[in-house]
Amino acid sequence: MDSILHYQQIASTLSMLMLFAAFALLINKRILSLINSFAIQSFLLALATFGQAFILHRYAIYFSALLTLTLKVILIPWFLRRLIFKLKIPKEIPQITHPFFTLFGALALVIFCYYIIAPINLFPSIAAKNIVVVAMTIILLGMLLMIIRSNAISHVIGFMVMENGLFFAALISTQGVPMIVELGVAFDLLVAVVLFGVFFFHIRSSIDSMDVDSLNRLREDTE
Amino acid sequence: MKTLLIEIIQVLLFLALSPLLLGWIKCLKCLLQNRRPPSIIQPYFNLIKLIRKQTIVPCEASWIFRFTPYLMFSVSILAGIMVPLFAINLPIAYMQIGDVIVLIGLFALARFFLVLAGMDIGTAFGGMGSSREMLISSLAEPSALLVLFTLAMTASSTNLYLIIKHLIESSFVLRPSFVFAFLGLAMITLAETGRIPIDNPATHLELTMTHEAMILEYSGRYLALIEWSAQIKLMVYLVLLSNIFFPWGIATNLTLSSLSIGLLATILKLFGFGLILAITETNLAKLRLFRAPYFLSITFMLCLLAILSHVILEI
Amino acid sequence: MIAINLMLLIPLMGMLFFVFFGRLKISGAINILFSIATFIDSLFLAIHLLKNGPILCLGKQIYIDALSVILIVLTTFVSSTVAIFSSNYMRQNLDSGRITAKLLQLYYIMFQAFIGTVLLVYATNNIGLLWVAMEGATLATVLLVSLYRTPESIEAAWKYFILCIVGIALALFGTICIYFSSIKLPITADAAMLWTVLHQHAALLDPHVLTIGFVFLLVGYGTKVGLVPLHFWLPDAHSESPAPMSALLSGLLLNIGVYALIRFKMLIDPGLSNQLTNNMLLAFGFVSFLIAGFFIYRQKNIKRMFSYSSIEHMGLITFAFGLNTPLTSFIGLFYVIIHSLVKSAIFMSVGNVIQLVKNQNMDKIRGLIQLKPIVGWTLLFGLIAIAGFPPFGIFNSEFLLFIASTQKNILFSILLILGLLIAMAGLFKNLHPVLFGKNTDEELPTTKVCTLPSVLNLSIALYLGLHIPHVLMLLLNQATVAIAGGGITL
Repeated sequence: MDSILHYQQIASTLSMLMLFAAFALLINKRILSLINSFAIQSFLLALATFGQAFILHRYAIYFSALLTLTLKVILIPWFLRRLIFKLKIPKEIPQITHPFFTLFGALALVIFCYYIIAPINLFPSIAAKNIVVVAMTIILLGMLLMIIRSNAISHVIGFMVMENGLFFAALISTQGVPMIVELGVAFDLLVAVVLFGVFFFHIRSSIDSMDVDSLNRLREDTE
Repeated sequence: MKTLLIEIIQVLLFLALSPLLLGWIKCLKCLLQNRRPPSIIQPYFNLIKLIRKQTIVPCEASWIFRFTPYLMFSVSILAGIMVPLFAINLPIAYMQIGDVIVLIGLFALARFFLVLAGMDIGTAFGGMGSSREMLISSLAEPSALLVLFTLAMTASSTNLYLIIKHLIESSFVLRPSFVFAFLGLAMITLAETGRIPIDNPATHLELTMTHEAMILEYSGRYLALIEWSAQIKLMVYLVLLSNIFFPWGIATNLTLSSLSIGLLATILKLFGFGLILAITETNLAKLRLFRAPYFLSITFMLCLLAILSHVILEI
Repeated sequence: MIAINLMLLIPLMGMLFFVFFGRLKISGAINILFSIATFIDSLFLAIHLLKNGPILCLGKQIYIDALSVILIVLTTFVSSTVAIFSSNYMRQNLDSGRITAKLLQLYYIMFQAFIGTVLLVYATNNIGLLWVAMEGATLATVLLVSLYRTPESIEAAWKYFILCIVGIALALFGTICIYFSSIKLPITADAAMLWTVLHQHAALLDPHVLTIGFVFLLVGYGTKVGLVPLHFWLPDAHSESPAPMSALLSGLLLNIGVYALIRFKMLIDPGLSNQLTNNMLLAFGFVSFLIAGFFIYRQKNIKRMFSYSSIEHMGLITFAFGLNTPLTSFIGLFYVIIHSLVKSAIFMSVGNVIQLVKNQNMDKIRGLIQLKPIVGWTLLFGLIAIAGFPPFGIFNSEFLLFIASTQKNILFSILLILGLLIAMAGLFKNLHPVLFGKNTDEELPTTKVCTLPSVLNLSIALYLGLHIPHVLMLLLNQATVAIAGGGITL
């Protein structure tokens, strides 16, 4: 019982650190540190997953942690870094126009999620509920990142952050998803990242930059 | 009587140790930057030298100019009373005068007068420094209050002695809010005490200085008082960081042995923080003034996260 | 049950075959063979289902009932006709140098992969696998949208990719919510993702979690359906991809989103005492229908116009399911079938048009019927069908839907008629000169076109409009009963 309590404290702290990483992603303006922040966030997720597996003695969750570690901490960041070097993408992306308001929007999202999750009484403990609030916020922050940034790489990272939030929510609320689904999701994720890589090449060759705001040929004009 | 004695000793320790702490930091910075360090007690010599020197007051100066150094020094002494240095369970804890809000308010009062004094003479540098100081402090102060509120909510008290007492007596709990509060308070410390990356305490280059610009016209005794109170302020902030987030070793009863252990622990912690401060300052470059709000907005975000994570995760 | 295994294995084998031998001259014909084999197999499956009732197999991971089997047969049929069409179309693209042999190989690989994932969506019993297959369908089609590698098509594919992938991530959260809602019930963790198991406990699932889950699912899978305001990818992706791809997207991809929404609605309704799911479907469906109608009017690009028409019809279908009476559920299902047939036929005829005149801008196309009568007439009949004229099946669905909506609220009916008129006016205003206008070019093009698949699809739509065969009626009835509250039975 004691170890579960301790795990809850650790998981709470890890969840907050993941949230902090998501915040850092929102205002970061160097692509490489964007990728690093994502890798750190994934690492925290892997740690939380390992902890959960250790408490519950479930091999499936160990496997899930290992999957997170290899895919999101090592493989995907490595792949993105390689792409950046290969495509000679500029290392700096433009600062968002209102970092302060963005951060406040993000904080408002935290409160919004709290408000949504609060009435649910299915969670095994209060701590679990609170952590799910944070996980849900991370999902929405990933989306926010994709909205406020026009850089293609930020979009990839935003998507991955959403996935991190999803996995975290699933880990805490339902102790992960069945193995077959987990494998399927991981496979899809991998394919998605490869496709992102393909798209970087295409976008680069078609508009000669990574700013997807320049992708604006298709419009609703009648001329 | 005994507790009163300890109280007085504590204030005296603040006065006596703060130059030493600054000397220690300067010394470490020199070593880290491969320079020959000055003596660790150099700040004492500086203070003595300034006190002995003749004080020159500009002819345009009003009473504010003369009043400010004394005010700052008395504020520092009051802060020294309010912040537990090496012992809790002192009578001040139960006298309901000194809580964290008063502490922030006192520092704000001192700053207010310092800013006025900076503008008092009417020189360009004074006004410039004052406006910069207000820019920074207007962003840093709300953050400081947020951090302290987080602590107050955890301990259900705004009194620093009671907060620390609560933290020591409750069993060890890993609190996510404290991680953020610590980071936030550390960044506030850098901003409020005029350290790199917000202000460079060692510079007299006109274009970058903030604190130094305001006190450019001070000399002699006045300057000594201002510098001394700045040193005490730095020490107060470091004591806050070390005693709130790492309260171990602080004396909970008034026996000689626990008091001496508390004193020793506090000094060790302070010197440890001095080391960390020196390393951070060596590794960072001073930010452009217009980047300072960015730094402070991150600070504010951390503090807000601290209070949010307290509300969401710990209630 | 061998037919099920085969149904999933044939597309997989097809995919692997094209990975290794994709550059043969007869790849197109082989693609047709694989597709038709799947179609025949699905017919066997339907017959088996009619005789023995719903099928649960492969460690309970596969569940097929009337609802899924209708859509499976529809999918395999449409994919077969599109395969026939694309054999000729893509060959010509290759000859004219628009695509390379490597891209053609990619096309065939992804064609089979797409069919496989869509079939898996319909066949799986696991809401997690449903998600995986859904995402797989997106990933399979995304590179086909940008097959021409023009800046426009890359942009369209990027939008499609990003929007669908974000939508589907939200849907995963919704799926987890549904999974989580059963946590206090005595079900093992692995079983709590199965439709069959969840349905047995549907009334006991936590209503609050279900509500949150449904909102996320609606936003997620609604992106796939192309509901306004989540539709921005749809016109771009349809207009920039190769014509057979547009036919697949419009005819098959949109359906899987609708299918997922219906399934989740069936699951969630018993647990919620309110009308939340129905009202949300109603609102989203109706708004999509109205807004898309106005957009049709303004279009210049022929494929873009028809993609807005897809949004319009998907809106109506969603609206039909939102009305939530047995009649409207029946209409909705029937509508899905007819829309898939007609819309894929239209996109194939539009492909023919593009082959002839090498242009998608309707201002530049004049007098199709004079230019190449067979193409012109198929497009005209497609237009008549999609605009909702009798005797094509869409008229029946829209008419019945109108009747059903009067019972709900007369305002709906008025707006429905208004929206249908606007859409129809838009379609005819834009296409009339294209079909009947005067062609200034005197020389007739010699391009070989393949109109058989469109004619086939349209004639089936016509037949279904006149008479629903007994077998299909039986299946539709079973599915309607399931949707209208019968739930999933074994």
